[in-house]
Amino acid sequence: MTRERVAEFSVEYVQALDESGEVDSAEAPDLDDEELLELYRLMRLSRRMDERAVALQRRGELGTYAPGVGQEAAQVGSATALAPEEWMVPSFREGAAFLARGAPIHRILWYAMGMEEGAEVAGPNFPPSIPVGSQALHAAGIGWGKEIAGEEEAALVYFGDGATSEGDVYEAMNVAGALDAHVVFVCQNNQWAISTPRESQTRAETIAQKAVAAGIEGVQVDGNDVLGTRAVTRDALESARQGDPVLIEALTYRRSMHTTSDDPRVYRTEEEETGWDARDPIVRFEQYLEAESILDEERAADIAEDIEALIADEIDRAKEGQKRVVPAEMFDYVFAEPTPELRRQKAEFEREEGDGEVATPEEGMSGEERAGGGEVSGRGE
Amino acid sequence: MANEIRLVEAIRQALDEEMGRDDSVLVYGEDVGVSGGVFRATKELRDEHPDRVYDAPLAEAAILGLGVGLGATGFRPVAEIQFASFVYQGFHQLQQHAARLRSRTRGTLGVPMTIRMPYGGGIRALELHSESFEAGYAHLPGLKTVVPSNPADAKGLLTSAVRDPDPVVFLEPTSRYRASRESVPEGEHTVPLGEANVVREGEDVTVVAWGAMLAEALSAVDDGDLDADAEVVDLRTVSPMDSKTILNSVRKTGRCVVVHEAPRTAGLAAEIIARINDDALYYLEAPVERVTGYDVPFPLFAREEAYRPDAERIRRGIERALSR
Ligand SMILES: Cc1ncc(C[n+]2csc(CCOP(=O)(O)OP(=O)(O)O)c2C)c(N)n1
Repeated sequence: MTRERVAEFSVEYVQALDESGEVDSAEAPDLDDEELLELYRLMRLSRRMDERAVALQRRGELGTYAPGVGQEAAQVGSATALAPEEWMVPSFREGAAFLARGAPIHRILWYAMGMEEGAEVAGPNFPPSIPVGSQALHAAGIGWGKEIAGEEEAALVYFGDGATSEGDVYEAMNVAGALDAHVVFVCQNNQWAISTPRESQTRAETIAQKAVAAGIEGVQVDGNDVLGTRAVTRDALESARQGDPVLIEALTYRRSMHTTSDDPRVYRTEEEETGWDARDPIVRFEQYLEAESILDEERAADIAEDIEALIADEIDRAKEGQKRVVPAEMFDYVFAEPTPELRRQKAEFEREEGDGEVATPEEGMSGEERAGGGEVSGRGE
Repeated sequence: MANEIRLVEAIRQALDEEMGRDDSVLVYGEDVGVSGGVFRATKELRDEHPDRVYDAPLAEAAILGLGVGLGATGFRPVAEIQFASFVYQGFHQLQQHAARLRSRTRGTLGVPMTIRMPYGGGIRALELHSESFEAGYAHLPGLKTVVPSNPADAKGLLTSAVRDPDPVVFLEPTSRYRASRESVPEGEHTVPLGEANVVREGEDVTVVAWGAMLAEALSAVDDGDLDADAEVVDLRTVSPMDSKTILNSVRKTGRCVVVHEAPRTAGLAAEIIARINDDALYYLEAPVERVTGYDVPFPLFAREEAYRPDAERIRRGIERALSR
């Protein structure tokens, strides 16, 4: 009988910016002051958008909303590493990533107002995926296409720690490895899948090691460290563009509720929540920027003011659009060419209900208006 | 003895009482334990039955597949799929295993599993949280599909489902979870699967509905503008379907309107109309009308009211049936 070790694996953990705001320059990406400030602005913008959105939901002006509070670095760090022309495939908590990709806030709000207009994507971005984990396969498909076409581009997909229990996520990593798909999998391990803690989700010690079974590389990064996340994603994308997919586990924490219909007090303690105060991604980055004299109080106040004005405008714009919803449009996008039965049903609907209580088709939004402000910008390295 | 409770509480009561009665009943699903489920249908159930209520990892194929294994070997699993639209992640387990284990083993193994799923629109939910797919389950031989419309039936039907030797899909209309408090018998209360209920008697037209649409149908027939004496049938179990009650009613009234929230094409109304054609055609005085959702993906909530049949649309359907 023979017994020998045939394979061994390990998982690396990366951090560039520590909790006290110190940077390890060997791990940090090479960014100039303006780029650093932009990362900061995007994180602040996302935090503020989430706060305002939750408040709007509480007043009944939005439906269910999934805030990304606490996960700004994981999203901004990774989304800004992706080149503008490369595909981003989100889950349902990627507000910050959408902002980093240049998506307008009013469209994010429209989606939360229950309007399909909000899911009209501009540029190489998929709309939010509500079924957990199912979108990982789409990114694998995009990335396989890049391999077939011989293009040095990659796709980046987001999912949570809970999603890694779904078969689809494993299938996506496995086929990506087998087919040399150009894809980077970003798991935001925010410690909770609604009320289920990470430890009850899987016995695996890390999520990153789930890559091992698929034969692809897995790496862990401090997801509250925007610089580390940016650098790790940059490296992963370089590898993926050559046909070697990577799974990144960004260790982070969901600081607020799962969605506005959730009450975290039922399943976790206040001590646990406040324990993450010092590890907050924005606080930490701010300390660093101040120490480096890239940011001072005045500049921070200017940025905050601009953010307030932008969000206020965008909320107005979202509410204006909301008044112009045409219900009969639900028939228009089922197929590229409506079937005779759909035409019949639409005519019946319009005869019985009118085309909509609030607007006529002429007054409805034009495609151009809907996509307005949707110029997608992203930045590669 | 009866108490006034909501539908969601009736479900909890049925689970609690069945777990108390039978040690083999096991409740599990995403977030059902510590938090008591996203709709709180299993609230505090774990405190009372600590070893038999489990939070499952986020994996629907696992939830359904585990049930086949548990059910075939002595347990009575009651699994929750957090929202019906996520059953597809495990649909193969329903279709390829749960529904046919008895047939393919010629009765040697069975799956006494109940699969509870919130479903349907009307609560301003997120995308893919509002679909009605009862016709899809009804299309799977070997599966029973139940939809309660009120608290007492919810308790009685769920109790029967848990005790049933075969897999039962138990669809809970989310918009009715907290819609009203109604009287529900305390203690032992069962409603047999496969029996429709004539909830209102009438002579002029039969209205068939189930789940959330039943309340809309009732408010349509009670609308002062409607000049007709309508009979309302709550289907309760969509599969196996109680054709007899529907046919008896249609033979009496000669007219029929079938209501469902699901899309029209290949919906259950089509099956009901086919059965009427088979066995009561010559009693009909007008073609059977259907009032349904449209053949479009269930819209996000800004357009959901436009999509869902309501009392107004049902009243117009009844008037069409009466005028022909
Ligand atoms: C297939 C599927 N099952 C269940 C749900 C309901 N659900 C929505 S979010 C969620 C938890 C997701 O956890 P995780 O993947 O960790 O992401 P997070 O919400 O923490 O960002 C669940 C169970 C769903 N949307 N899709």
